[in-house]
Amino acid sequence: MRIALFVTCLNDTFAPSAGRATVEVLERLGHEVVFPEEQTCCGQMHANTGYADLAAPLARRFARVFGGFDAVVSPSASCVAMVRGQYPGLVGETVPNVYELSELLVDVLGVEDVGATFAHRVTYHPTCHGLRGLGLGDAPLRLLRNVREIELVELPEAETCCGFGGTFAVKNADTSAAMLTDKLRCVLDTGADVCTAGDSSCLLHIGGGLRRQRAGVRTLHLAEILASTG
Amino acid sequence: MSFPDAARVELDKAQQRRNLRKATTTIRAKRAAVVAEVPDWEPLRDEGARVKDEALHDLATHLERLEVAVTAAGGTVHWARDAAEANALVARLTRAAGSDEIIKVKSMATDEIGLNAALAAEGITAHETDLAELIVALAGDRPSHILVPAIHRNRAEIRDLFEAELGETGLSTDPAALTAAARRHLRERFLRVKVGVSGANFAVAETGTVCVVESEGNGRMCTTLPDTLITVMGIEKVIPRHADLATMLTLLPRSSTGERMNPYTSLWTGVTPGDGPRDFHLILLDNGRTATLADPVGRDALRCIRCSACLNSCPVYERAGGHAYGNTYPGPIGAILAPQLAELRDHTALPWASSLCGACYEVCPVKIDIPTILVHLRSRVVREQGAPPSERLAMEAMARVFASRRRYEAAQRGARLAGLAAHLPGPLRTWSGVREPPQAPRRTFRDWWRSR
Amino acid sequence: MAQPLSAARQEILARIRAATTDVTSISIHHGRKLTARPGDPGLLAQRVADYRATVTRTDDVAGAIAALLAEHGARRVAAPPGLPADWLAAIPEAVRDEPPLAHAELAALDGVVTGCAHAIAETGTITLDGGPGQGRRALTLLPDLHVCVVRADQVLADVPDSIAALGDTTRPVTFVSGPSATSDIELERVEGVHGPRRLAVVLAA
Repeated sequence: MRIALFVTCLNDTFAPSAGRATVEVLERLGHEVVFPEEQTCCGQMHANTGYADLAAPLARRFARVFGGFDAVVSPSASCVAMVRGQYPGLVGETVPNVYELSELLVDVLGVEDVGATFAHRVTYHPTCHGLRGLGLGDAPLRLLRNVREIELVELPEAETCCGFGGTFAVKNADTSAAMLTDKLRCVLDTGADVCTAGDSSCLLHIGGGLRRQRAGVRTLHLAEILASTG
Repeated sequence: MSFPDAARVELDKAQQRRNLRKATTTIRAKRAAVVAEVPDWEPLRDEGARVKDEALHDLATHLERLEVAVTAAGGTVHWARDAAEANALVARLTRAAGSDEIIKVKSMATDEIGLNAALAAEGITAHETDLAELIVALAGDRPSHILVPAIHRNRAEIRDLFEAELGETGLSTDPAALTAAARRHLRERFLRVKVGVSGANFAVAETGTVCVVESEGNGRMCTTLPDTLITVMGIEKVIPRHADLATMLTLLPRSSTGERMNPYTSLWTGVTPGDGPRDFHLILLDNGRTATLADPVGRDALRCIRCSACLNSCPVYERAGGHAYGNTYPGPIGAILAPQLAELRDHTALPWASSLCGACYEVCPVKIDIPTILVHLRSRVVREQGAPPSERLAMEAMARVFASRRRYEAAQRGARLAGLAAHLPGPLRTWSGVREPPQAPRRTFRDWWRSR
Repeated sequence: MAQPLSAARQEILARIRAATTDVTSISIHHGRKLTARPGDPGLLAQRVADYRATVTRTDDVAGAIAALLAEHGARRVAAPPGLPADWLAAIPEAVRDEPPLAHAELAALDGVVTGCAHAIAETGTITLDGGPGQGRRALTLLPDLHVCVVRADQVLADVPDSIAALGDTTRPVTFVSGPSATSDIELERVEGVHGPRRLAVVLAA
């Protein structure tokens, strides 16, 4: 299958390893990945901060760049939720067919074992836009359970928001920090050495908190674990 | 004080944080258990939304029908454009009944219009009879939760308050003892006061039947014992038909207290000779509801049945508490109701008081898409009230960068994207005290892609 | 009606019509088709007990009433019009609500014995509609003990069945699910606030 990668501006600039890992996983499974270099940003930050007028041209641009592909994959539930949830109101009916990575693998390609090996104690945080925005269910966990040598530990209060929320983390920095503090406590309670998720935005937020606490827990995008071969 | 500033103060209240966490966690779990018992819960939520939409989308017809039915059953219907008109009506009707005091069931609508203070200014004493509202009123405090308004107070504070204000001595801090003290205090008033005031959870257009849902029995006391009953009801509370109560009375208790049914639900239709009040007045309150109705996206907020499931599921509410919202209606529903019922300009920060995590939408029994309405109201704030100029400029600069691959890549190369972001109210800026800032790696993804 | 108030009515209705001009089609769904399906008395007993009310299953209703009143030390007990004669006879000192008792008199009684319109198994709810043997609302509100008799053939399945059975009644209806309760202080549940602090259900076989 020929799949276009929508890497997202955040991954492109701040978490390129999530994009690289996405390519590696799909190519290992025998798919052709293309990267339309015209892509920039889906406009989520503008839309969710109240600038629908500025988001609309970005959405139309996105629809032009990705319109010709049968399937588009993205290692970001949040940006996929933006396209699926808000684009109909911004660009009309020509919304490209975008899938979040775990959704593409499990629901579209029918793959739960991607042939990965990762010998670490890992806890998984389901991000809000993956869990509730896209309804990913346990697709990410099914992928993780099939990773060899992994020790998966359940995250307490997993379904509670980490407190990122885009502009929320800035406009309501104190409340966001209080939410993050609780999330960090839950992560540390698992004794995991890796915290993973399907959104680099949440991981930058959680990872920044873990580094500040010098907790010795790393954050890795789900794609990076799936790409790992030990 | 705007939400972020108020929240900063509230976040430091350790007792309140503990109480809120315990309350929201407990009610969340109870709700989940009783919702799981209903096999057709999701279709029932759709049905709840349809019932409310049917009335809201043809509201004039339903209100006129309600008025006819209530009048035919011996009640009197009044209309109030705003808080002042509603308060004046209650005062006039109370005096007409020969009373200078009222007993009151907890009601969000009468909190919203500031009825107690307005009556006090007219020389009429309002006695709150809900235990939590009594605590809040005696303490000169404000409610912090729709369902359990005194949840921010602990038992020792309440004991001290009752000893100081109710003339009780030697009270223990046992909630059962404190509840018994409130019963002693209020029983005499229930038997004596001639005018009762209530809100309404639902009113059936077809039959004129009004419904009040409660737990303590103070609702039954106030709607049954006085000679005169005055019900103040937001116009959005009307539902089309009696059969719709089947849907709403299944959705509400399970979503609200996490019970299969709340202890007492009362239905009455006008007046019934020999049973209950001889005079019944229904005040239909606008107070910003028609303005809310005029927004095709925002109007869905009027479906709200005040269950408070969204409060209990909201991570922001759980930490910041109800007072931070600075409004009668706290939590996610407050963040979309307050800016619409009142003036948008007075509540410009509330649409941002959410991480858009979507937990509220998931539990809403009438499927109000709160995250979508929040985003819509953010746009309205930016458009109608204007954003800070620096924010607008930064957003426009970012949009220009993203509009062109050349500019985008140049921004990436020169780390200008990160630099720009540092001046933005965007997600990459001000990483505050608890997190390390993200580091942009030297090579972007597209650098790697080209080098393959 | 005073002029300013009817002006309010006109203005609110006009505002509503102006606010919804975009609504072109209104989905009318004709409500749910409701029927009053019978319910399981065993489930009712279990669900009533969940509220910490007591349930007595018996084929000797009068005997059960007498035993419950004795257990609670209730002697002077209100009797609504239309209470079956054998239930009435089980009350040590029946106080009839004919002519209606003053509220203060009702509040001074030890309890009340009533029947019900029907009961709801799924939610453990008693439905009162003021019919024979139930009395007016104040009667089941002011005394501190409520003994309520439910016949097995009065048990309905769920809330929608109860709404169906009530039809478009214009009589006051009270749904009672356990004794009055509050969780207002630190979310700790306390039974017995303003209504009867004790609810005893007699489920007749």
